[in-house]
Amino acid sequence: MGKYGKIAQIHNQLISGKISCVELTKAYLNAIEQNNEALNAYVKITPDTALETAKRVDAKIASGGELAPLEGIPMTLKDNISTKDIETTCCSKMLKGYVPIYDATVWKLLKQQNAVLLGKTNMDEFAMGSTCENSCFGGAKNPHDLGRVAGGSSGGVASAVGGNLAVYGLGSDTGGSIREPASFCGIVGFKPTYGSVSRYGLIAFASSFDQIGPITQSVEDAALIYDTIAQYDPMDSTNSGKKGPVTAQLNKDIRGLKIGIAPEYFDNIQSDVGDTVKKALDVFRSLGAEIVEFNMPSLKYCLPVYYILACAEASSNLGRYDGIRYGYQTAHYSDRDEMVCKTRSEGFGPEVKRRILLGTYVLSAGYYDAYYKKAQNLRGMLVKAFDDAFLQCDLILSPTVPRTALPLNYSADDPVENYQTDICTVPVNIAGLPGISVPCGAGNDGMPVGMQLIGPKFSEATLLNAANQYELASRESCFQAVKMGVE
Amino acid sequence: MEYELVCGLETHVELATKTKIFCSCTTEFGGEPNTHCCPVCIGLPGTLPKLNQSVVEFAVMAGLATDCAISPISKMDRKNYVYPDLPKAYQISQYDRPLCKNGYVELSDGRKIRLTRIHIEEDAGKLVHQRGNTLVDYNRSGVPLIEIVSEPDIRSIEEAVEYVEKLQMIMRYIGVSDCRMQEGSLRCDVNISVRPKGSEKLGTRTEIKNMNSISHMMKAMEYERDRQIDLLESGESVLQETRRYNEGTGCTEGMRGKEDAHDYRYFRDPDLVTIRVTSDTVAKLKAQMPEDPRTRLKRFESEYGLPEDDARMLIEHRRIADYFEKASAGIKNTRAVANCITGPIFARLGSEAAKDDFKVNVSPENLNALIKLLDSGKIRMNLVKSTLEKMLDTGKSASEFLNEKDLAGIDAETLQKICKQAVQDNPNAVKDYRNGKTKALKAVLGAVMKATRGRANPLETEAILSEIMKKAD
Repeated sequence: MGKYGKIAQIHNQLISGKISCVELTKAYLNAIEQNNEALNAYVKITPDTALETAKRVDAKIASGGELAPLEGIPMTLKDNISTKDIETTCCSKMLKGYVPIYDATVWKLLKQQNAVLLGKTNMDEFAMGSTCENSCFGGAKNPHDLGRVAGGSSGGVASAVGGNLAVYGLGSDTGGSIREPASFCGIVGFKPTYGSVSRYGLIAFASSFDQIGPITQSVEDAALIYDTIAQYDPMDSTNSGKKGPVTAQLNKDIRGLKIGIAPEYFDNIQSDVGDTVKKALDVFRSLGAEIVEFNMPSLKYCLPVYYILACAEASSNLGRYDGIRYGYQTAHYSDRDEMVCKTRSEGFGPEVKRRILLGTYVLSAGYYDAYYKKAQNLRGMLVKAFDDAFLQCDLILSPTVPRTALPLNYSADDPVENYQTDICTVPVNIAGLPGISVPCGAGNDGMPVGMQLIGPKFSEATLLNAANQYELASRESCFQAVKMGVE
Repeated sequence: MEYELVCGLETHVELATKTKIFCSCTTEFGGEPNTHCCPVCIGLPGTLPKLNQSVVEFAVMAGLATDCAISPISKMDRKNYVYPDLPKAYQISQYDRPLCKNGYVELSDGRKIRLTRIHIEEDAGKLVHQRGNTLVDYNRSGVPLIEIVSEPDIRSIEEAVEYVEKLQMIMRYIGVSDCRMQEGSLRCDVNISVRPKGSEKLGTRTEIKNMNSISHMMKAMEYERDRQIDLLESGESVLQETRRYNEGTGCTEGMRGKEDAHDYRYFRDPDLVTIRVTSDTVAKLKAQMPEDPRTRLKRFESEYGLPEDDARMLIEHRRIADYFEKASAGIKNTRAVANCITGPIFARLGSEAAKDDFKVNVSPENLNALIKLLDSGKIRMNLVKSTLEKMLDTGKSASEFLNEKDLAGIDAETLQKICKQAVQDNPNAVKDYRNGKTKALKAVLGAVMKATRGRANPLETEAILSEIMKKAD
């Protein structure tokens, strides 16, 4: 936890005048200056606009104005969330120099509350990866061990929040990109129900999976942010907003709550990680929850289904980067076709190219039925499998990642092995469910382990309450605190 | 050997909605390049489409007017291809679940050209070649289109032309498009093949892309038909390919063969939700749709007693038909109204586009007032025509040009007197008349008309004259 505590506590310090917003912002900007070189969390720092906003907040406090919950809180955004007049690159050479002319809806909502944007944070190129090392700026490091990755793709946000270089941040989660780095960095990562937070302005990777969500130091903070950003947005046809505010529902008794366990979620999990997650069951039992076991055999299809469908959508979504209108353009070419071809060959990194090729292939005439269509059918079956599971329980508990944070530059030769990292997180995106990763202890290497709680669609109130009850009850069992940033 | 032409058309029609299909930019034609644009229609990263409901409504109306079945559930798909005028590198269109299916367009000889489908999609921008540079204008990007696909039911160039003109008439009628080929709001791709007359088997077809005028379409079809016949006659076969029409040479040229055909990698657009059209919506649209041209033609013949040719001229453009109906309110001599429109008014319009706009500076109310004078016998047709010309010149009402004398009808007594005088003045005509030459009465009638400056009612006058001439001495 950062020096000033949870968002609600910082809010109280601001309104009581214990600290000014400018002081608070400067503390974070100084911490970034001192630690960012080591963490590589931020790819762009925006001190001028941050201080400007902070001054505005201080003036408001001085004139007796009422502060919104997130007003004046220093934060960050993953670099795939469009910010007007601030470069947004998706950490790709392809978008270096691209300055959006409009704000993403989530940023618009936060801006209205005078959120203090400290800068934009690192990520795997176009959110494709689980180490953050597919960034054209180099990967973000883990604040618990600089020799390890922060995770990905929202590695920069997790590194910044875990390293106390921001109070909170917004990431995006297509197959685990919020929950996985949060688990690696020992913090909370929350992926809301698909359709509850507007995607407008989030640079698309796979549109039917992408969802924006908070990365925070506590469940309570995540709930507070969710309440602000989960708003109905007419600009996103797939968005319907939230069912109701959740912050006020965080202190409910969970006696009788049914927590489901599927053994398939613990297949191929590093044993110390699996054991640590299972210890959480005792905490839940002690809180009066009931543990239910059942099988989910279809989970084994999740990884192929996810990679086929997500890559298919990505191959289409990334077609627009042709060097004609914005972003990178190759220096030498003789005609238009060559220009587009060279621009894309030079502008995209190897993982992005791999996924574009894979996605193009599975949509091609002659292969569509065998891959895309089959995967689409299986997606329907998986949605049904979760519907059935939730007839037996209220929430499902699983590990977030099969292991603790990987060492730097640890990459398997076989990309499919790398994709295994996502095995516990992708099912949630396939079914459009809310999922949250909460720290639940440390592995044998002393690195943080996260457990994942999954709920039915729009069950955020139940999900976040259970996560919060667990967090409050399990404080002691956690790993060592980070000694850097604003701590 | 005698050959038969087999042809099917894919017609793109720009819808006349105020705003684009996925954003709120204007659809207005023209404008400075890239001024009718926003982040959505230029496909900036992170933007999302939002389907304009009136596009769905317009397309449903187009479907209803061509007897299509309206799909209660349909969806949008992505058609992926790379071209600089397509800013997202995919066009949002409909692939396997179009909004409308199985309709037809009836030709004047009663033959039905079946429609396979009508679907909605977005238009692309436009490349502008300028001093060795190629520039892109995205004003048209995201303008809504419907694509109307016909079955290969067309058997001649004339039928193809009639089919396109019928489509134009129908779409203009229901107000979903102005269908102006020269502005690109109606464009056709022609699928064409030939086969020995009497054969049931379809020949190999070629597709001629982007016909932007009827005359080009006719020339292209004629050239392509002859080219295919020549190939078959010389024992060669037709290659299945996409061709373009070269306006300069009047020839069609190969663009790409079957093996180079695009693989569009269609898949459902995950950014858009299922389109549902309820039967209530269909009923509501049906109710607010103007009468279709076929029904209106029949009604004009029966209700207004117009000959078919006149009725056809009037119903071709909805605004004209509406004008006619307003001008005919309470009129007995509706043919006179029709003649005023198809005569003096059409003479001032010229082009089909001008007829479609139908900007005339005589209001239907003013024309109605003029014809009422004719109905009541106060003025004659020749005076109607000359007065109408003056009204068209100035935009003023009839009363400005007709003096009291013109309007003062002739009382029975005066007419009787004038008739008697005319009979006295034309003894030879009277003689002829009595000898059985009934035509001789016309000469006397002419004299009466001259004397009354056209104000006398000819039928009434004829009756009076024949009475006098039979009785005289």
